[in-house]
Amino acid sequence: MVPKPAEKELILPSGGRFQATSLPAQGETRVAWKRLKSGLPLGQLFFDGFTTITALITLSLVLAISAVLAIEAAPALVRFKAGFLISTEWDPVSEQFGALPFIYGTVVSSFLALMVAAPLGIGVALCLSEMTPFWLSDILGFLVELLAAIPSVVYGLWGIFVLGPFLRDVVEPVLGHYLGLLPLFQGPRVGVSMLSAGAILAVMVVPYISAVCRDVFSAVPAGLREAAFALGATRWEVVRLAVLPYSISGIVGAIILGLGRALGETIAVAMVIGNRPVISASLFMPSTTLASAIANEFTEATSDIYVSALIELGLVLILVSLLINAIARLMIYKLTTQRFSQ
Amino acid sequence: MRTIAFQTDRHRTWRKFKNATMMGATVAATLATLVPLFLVLSYLVKQGLFGINWAFFTRLPRPVGEMGGGMGNAVLGTIELVGLASILAVPLGIGTGIYLSEPGHNGTATNVVRFAADVLMGVPSIVVGIFAYGVVVRPMGGFSALAGAFALATMMTPLVARTAEEALRLVPAELRESALALGIPRWRTSVSVVARTAARGIATGVLLALARIAGETAPLLFTAFGNQYWSTSLKQPIAALTVQVYTYAISPFEDWHRQAWAGALVLTAMVLLVEALVRLLSGRRLRVPR
Repeated sequence: MVPKPAEKELILPSGGRFQATSLPAQGETRVAWKRLKSGLPLGQLFFDGFTTITALITLSLVLAISAVLAIEAAPALVRFKAGFLISTEWDPVSEQFGALPFIYGTVVSSFLALMVAAPLGIGVALCLSEMTPFWLSDILGFLVELLAAIPSVVYGLWGIFVLGPFLRDVVEPVLGHYLGLLPLFQGPRVGVSMLSAGAILAVMVVPYISAVCRDVFSAVPAGLREAAFALGATRWEVVRLAVLPYSISGIVGAIILGLGRALGETIAVAMVIGNRPVISASLFMPSTTLASAIANEFTEATSDIYVSALIELGLVLILVSLLINAIARLMIYKLTTQRFSQ
Repeated sequence: MRTIAFQTDRHRTWRKFKNATMMGATVAATLATLVPLFLVLSYLVKQGLFGINWAFFTRLPRPVGEMGGGMGNAVLGTIELVGLASILAVPLGIGTGIYLSEPGHNGTATNVVRFAADVLMGVPSIVVGIFAYGVVVRPMGGFSALAGAFALATMMTPLVARTAEEALRLVPAELRESALALGIPRWRTSVSVVARTAARGIATGVLLALARIAGETAPLLFTAFGNQYWSTSLKQPIAALTVQVYTYAISPFEDWHRQAWAGALVLTAMVLLVEALVRLLSGRRLRVPR
């Protein structure tokens, strides 16, 4: 219900009312402002309250996740203490649990993935931001982003039936023939292996690295590029003299972010890595990771301590990935932060 | 003089050569990256297409050995899970996005919230599953659709929040200022002027988050769990397309593998269609968070 305006009374669209006599600014501005605010405390209160509470919930989710994992892992934490991290034994029957094979598998598979994905991702980003015209960058960029949109279970399915057999029958014999002296490339060829996990992870991580690198490259001041071009530099020299030095910390951030993705990827890895908690030097052997072990064994875990040990694997995983993500984000913010200034 | 000219000539050729090599390498990298995309998609279509028929969308899975059957319950389950998750995550995400984009907030506070949202996007999905297991499954005493939706909502919130923030930031500051100059209160300006202008961007962000969430398997494994039948209650386990594809893919049965390919094709088609739609709607201006 709109109140009837009194004589000489001004009604703002906000519903704030004030007398015309109070309008002259001389010494009375503050009074007028106060009335304007007191005109509708409810709407503003509700709006501020709602947005602040939702923001707090989002903020607390990260903390809540860590806390819940720590609580659920408590029995295993108490029982195995620090030995959990360095023990290689994983025997649900005798209830002995050690995380080292899982940590090893996670680190090696992610490292393999990054060896391929980091140069590819940077290359893609350079190509799209420095080489191709806008319209083509848009199309190619869209296609690369589709790689990130394909569900990981689909990658896993493709890994089981296409990539795994291909690696087993084509790539592994070649590697074994030429580099067989290295322990990395020895052993039986079974199709599920550390190598296929690394390969599938590489495909999945490239779009993240390239997308972040593109953002970082686009934050390079145009003046730097133009100055280099004006000196007669070739495209590559512009990249090397102006683009790369400016964005190096962002590139490192992008790679670390990719590492975070690779460490935490679950389903695709669980489908191709073979799930065998044994440390083996050969990349042809089945292995396991922190995330894939949880996916595989959680619903089969029979005893409470088994579940708790699996959750402790998750606790290790989240602590590592929180750390990695925090570092990567901060490195990227440093370069692209002007986007956020008001 | 001639010698110097000769050397610079050679030098120039060398520089040009280096330029061509390095720039060629970046093009090669792009092509190499796109090869798996085409391999995956073409194989998916080849293997999955003939498994897709009316029964796939309407029938329940059959036991091993019996031909026919479908994944109707899983298709419906995915839609239910994603719908439930968005009931939770959309208000949370948009609220957080508005909080992040609202001028005049304490800079440190917004930075902390934005940082938390970004880090939350990087939390491994399997860990989110454990979180939902501890918070919902254990207190409720069993796997349920609600637990699955809770896990998905946890992953969806930061995505919605960050796209909403990006969309809200694209609204010119002059628009807000003119509204304020007319005496419209701050909250009304934010809701009816700024948010309404950015509504399309926010909607595309929500769509994108829906697509990403629909493709998640890991957080559902021990929350929604999967179900071979139609589920009648939100407190029961529920089937999801991703979980069904996963179970079938790692099974030893030829028949189930065929179903898995069909399911994967439907899933990928759904996700990629939404992704393409989002791109068309948002154009180049809206940056997608990752």
